[in-house]
Amino acid sequence: MTELTKLTVSETLEGLKNKKFSAIEVTQSYIKSMEANRHLNAYVLETPEIALNQAKESDKRYADGTNKPLDGIPMGIKDLFCTKGIRTTACSHILDNFIPQYESTVTQNLLNAGISILGKLNMDEFAMGGSNETSFYGPAINPYKANNSDTDLVAGGSSGGSAAAVSADICAAATGTDTGGSIRQPSALCGVTGIKPTYGRCSRYGIIAFASSLDQAGPIAKSVKDCALLLNVMAGYDNKDSTSANISVPDFTQFIGKDIKGLKIGIPAEYRPDGLNAEISKLWDNGIAMLKARGAEIVNISLPHTKYALAAYYIIAPAEASSNLARYDGVRYGLRVEGNGLDEMYINTRSEGFGKEVKRRIMIGTYVLSAGYYDAYYLKAQKVRRLIRNDFIEAFKKCDMILTPTSPTPAFPIGDKSMQENPINMYLNDVFTVSVNLAGLPGMSIPMGFSEHGLPLGLQLIGQAFDESRIFQVAATLEQDANFRGK
Amino acid sequence: MAEYIITTEKGKWEVICGLEIHCQIISNSKMYSGASTVFGADPNEHVSFVDAGMPGMLPTLNKQCVHQAVKTGLGLNAKINKYSAFSRKNYFYADLPQGYQITQFQYPLVGEGKVTVDLSDGTTKEIGIERIHIEQDAGKSIHDLDPKRSFIDLNRAGVGLMEIVTKPDFRSPEEAGEFLKKLRSIVRYLGTCDGNMDEGSMRCDVNVSVRPYGSDELRTRCEMKNVNSVKFVMQAIENEAKRHIEVYESGGQIAQETRQFDPVTGQTKVMRKKEFAHDYRYFPEPDLLPLVLTDEYIDNVKKEMCELPDAKKARYIEQLGLTPYDAKVICENKEVADFFELAAQGRDAKKVANWLMGDFFAMLKEKHLELKESPISAEHLGKLVDLISKEVISGKIAKDVFVIMADTGKDPEQIVEEKGLKQVTDTGAIEAIIDSVIAGNPDNLAAYKGGKTNLLGWFVGQVIKQSQGKANPAIVNKLLKEKLDN
Amino acid sequence: MAVDKETVKRIAFLSRLKIEDDKIEATQAEFNKILQWIEQLNEVTTEGVEPLVSVNDGNITCREDIVTTGNHSKEILANAPQAAYGYFTVPKVIE
Repeated sequence: MTELTKLTVSETLEGLKNKKFSAIEVTQSYIKSMEANRHLNAYVLETPEIALNQAKESDKRYADGTNKPLDGIPMGIKDLFCTKGIRTTACSHILDNFIPQYESTVTQNLLNAGISILGKLNMDEFAMGGSNETSFYGPAINPYKANNSDTDLVAGGSSGGSAAAVSADICAAATGTDTGGSIRQPSALCGVTGIKPTYGRCSRYGIIAFASSLDQAGPIAKSVKDCALLLNVMAGYDNKDSTSANISVPDFTQFIGKDIKGLKIGIPAEYRPDGLNAEISKLWDNGIAMLKARGAEIVNISLPHTKYALAAYYIIAPAEASSNLARYDGVRYGLRVEGNGLDEMYINTRSEGFGKEVKRRIMIGTYVLSAGYYDAYYLKAQKVRRLIRNDFIEAFKKCDMILTPTSPTPAFPIGDKSMQENPINMYLNDVFTVSVNLAGLPGMSIPMGFSEHGLPLGLQLIGQAFDESRIFQVAATLEQDANFRGK
Repeated sequence: MAEYIITTEKGKWEVICGLEIHCQIISNSKMYSGASTVFGADPNEHVSFVDAGMPGMLPTLNKQCVHQAVKTGLGLNAKINKYSAFSRKNYFYADLPQGYQITQFQYPLVGEGKVTVDLSDGTTKEIGIERIHIEQDAGKSIHDLDPKRSFIDLNRAGVGLMEIVTKPDFRSPEEAGEFLKKLRSIVRYLGTCDGNMDEGSMRCDVNVSVRPYGSDELRTRCEMKNVNSVKFVMQAIENEAKRHIEVYESGGQIAQETRQFDPVTGQTKVMRKKEFAHDYRYFPEPDLLPLVLTDEYIDNVKKEMCELPDAKKARYIEQLGLTPYDAKVICENKEVADFFELAAQGRDAKKVANWLMGDFFAMLKEKHLELKESPISAEHLGKLVDLISKEVISGKIAKDVFVIMADTGKDPEQIVEEKGLKQVTDTGAIEAIIDSVIAGNPDNLAAYKGGKTNLLGWFVGQVIKQSQGKANPAIVNKLLKEKLDN
Repeated sequence: MAVDKETVKRIAFLSRLKIEDDKIEATQAEFNKILQWIEQLNEVTTEGVEPLVSVNDGNITCREDIVTTGNHSKEILANAPQAAYGYFTVPKVIE
């Protein structure tokens, strides 16, 4: 039955509806796959019994015809989503054994649609990282290896476990979150499809916060259509999140297969800096050619402040994180390391509980907000953020959508020295993705081909706010034309 | 206005003081969560996952808290800012679950306003309001249950607060005390805060500095946190000012610091010095969008406003003829004013005020009762005044009736009826008494006739006495005069 | 703006994080490297630019003043490292 795990979500739903197989069978296949792929370290918690129970319910609904939109689809959930009664740690030691007494809105929406939960997926600690290496549980490993090499490669980050699990068929689809590229970059590195919706599209309620003004949940799946099916369910206004947008959610699957003739696709000059990886550059050109061949109009555009997006991001995100992570103090949940007096208990708990990168960002964030430095750093970054957003507003006067590479490189080896020694080198992995978060726009990564060493590469589509529909429309044609064949 | 100057052997000093008052907003649920605000529950029962700072939890703004703060702003004659925004104030404390307080920093909901306070010498002074912003309360730490541990109860965490910041306009403890009383009166009138300082629903931080009298320099100020009664606030200002003066006069300097007021000694002492000073790292709260109000919204709140103490007082003086003192006392407390207005409705308000301020308050005091426990209702007090005005009973009899009312809670009409206290207005009956009095006192009659006309009063007294107080004095007067002058 | 050792210590304390004495220098160096990198923002002219706080265009939507939750202290305390008599407990706070 292992071939069941090769199916996309839409194929699985089709088979379930036609009674070709049962939800239990599908779930069992994935559980076997999960067991067989433990070396990938994609899951930090497996919940097979929960998944089987949920599948049993799905089968009942298929039997009596009350099946729901995603009934019987076994999913992995990024460990950043609070799941009621299921340990949720953000892959941090400081949340050891934290069992939420509540469910995140996004996972609740998915549960209401009938999914089963296979387990919690690995990620960078508190979603801070681009390689999944900051996880307390160790890195998730990319299912791909370079040709003729045994070296373990990173799955990307922060949603590394999600991308690896989808890529290796150990879940039908996964949830991810994206603050600076955390859905799109690992999707590109693992050869899967992932979308970060417009900020406000999915509720952040119950998702452990990293940088509140940037965080957004989205699906990672095997196809564009699967992403559309999942986002249909995940998205929607939630009165428990004041920043969630009260805008209706169209049926995104309706846009798949639609003609893209006449659509204007913007190509930003700034995304082709000197020294851009030649393979990535070529991949991008191929993508442009495909869209052109489909009758889209290619427009050269400029996003002049692109160069500054990373620096602005590495002020704003740590600033918000330093505050968001203040609640991990050993008082109400998670790790506590005793000390002499309250402050010492705080310091001991936090020093032991947080990993190196998280501590680094908390300190940077604390510094840029501190008295005397706020204007020079935080305020400045917010102004640059405005300029970055304005760049997009201007660009979208000339085009409907933007096509760029997702990641500047394919997957790199775990423990890469230059990145371990200099965090800035790691930060540079987000160079093509952070602007989208700063501007609050939707962005999707589609696997488009392989590097000469056989590693997947992806392209990114950036849409206007709340225009995910047309992203799906264009992404589906790219998917079809690229005919990417994953593992 | 009498100036408050502290004179020492070395010179004259002036006090500069500003207040920051935290008022708990009256609402059903908390500012950012749907947990109850009701006081007195078991620990951590009125706590939502949001209040407990659980991972992934987000605040949602309670519209009533906004409404109450806008109402309060209007009550303090303040500008309502149509655009306001939320900020985080970051610091670690055991009863602050998120590690930050959601407050307003750069863009408060309410801007500048003013409050007029009445001073004991009969003058008034205008006190400026700097701003009012809304924020969440912290939980409570309990330190005395265990020798080694503190206990944390989050029931109060997230209850809405209005922080009212005054300008440094106070120049004496009295001004600050009167301001607090006025503020308390206004929020109670508005129903936006219950104003109970002893229960902590209104808490006052006091900023004090001093300067040589007549100068306009600004010297270092000290802040005293959570001073919890009007009396203590006044004491804190007085004693802290004296401390500053002593330091300056002995050649020292005042350090900017937070001090604690000790209600037992009346003195202030420095709070434990932190290893590093606070740095609150305010920044815009990314979880809450800006709050934008329309003119229509503000106008609707205006329409809901009740008459406030100052306006009421002016009306009592100008339209009802009350003395400024009576008007002030009656208006200070909305319940008293409501009682008064009910009692005075449709009758001579000044007479009602006299009864209220005199016998009525004395009776409450003597019986140790609150207004709401009064045995005499507003309606009954009004009726009593009517009985006098309509000359059914005399003022003297009314005093007796009042005592019976206070003891029994009975309707004065019923008392007058039952006890037969109705004033005698039947001229025949009165004439008979007059005749008998005149007949029984020929000497005084002769003296009167001989020119000692001031004996008329004596005759009136005798007649009323014989009537057991029931004879109408005006009629007695008139008839007596006729008879004596004949 | 380069930070000195004292600033590193102060920031660590504000963050309630411990930096061992022998790590302060390395932390300081790393801190300064990152700060230097983010200071490339100084190249951007931002005069007259309104800071972007939120990408949401709208205003806040308020909640009705209704009690919707409570009386579940068990759930509130379920993950507490230490609790007693319905309270969270912490090392004694000396005021």
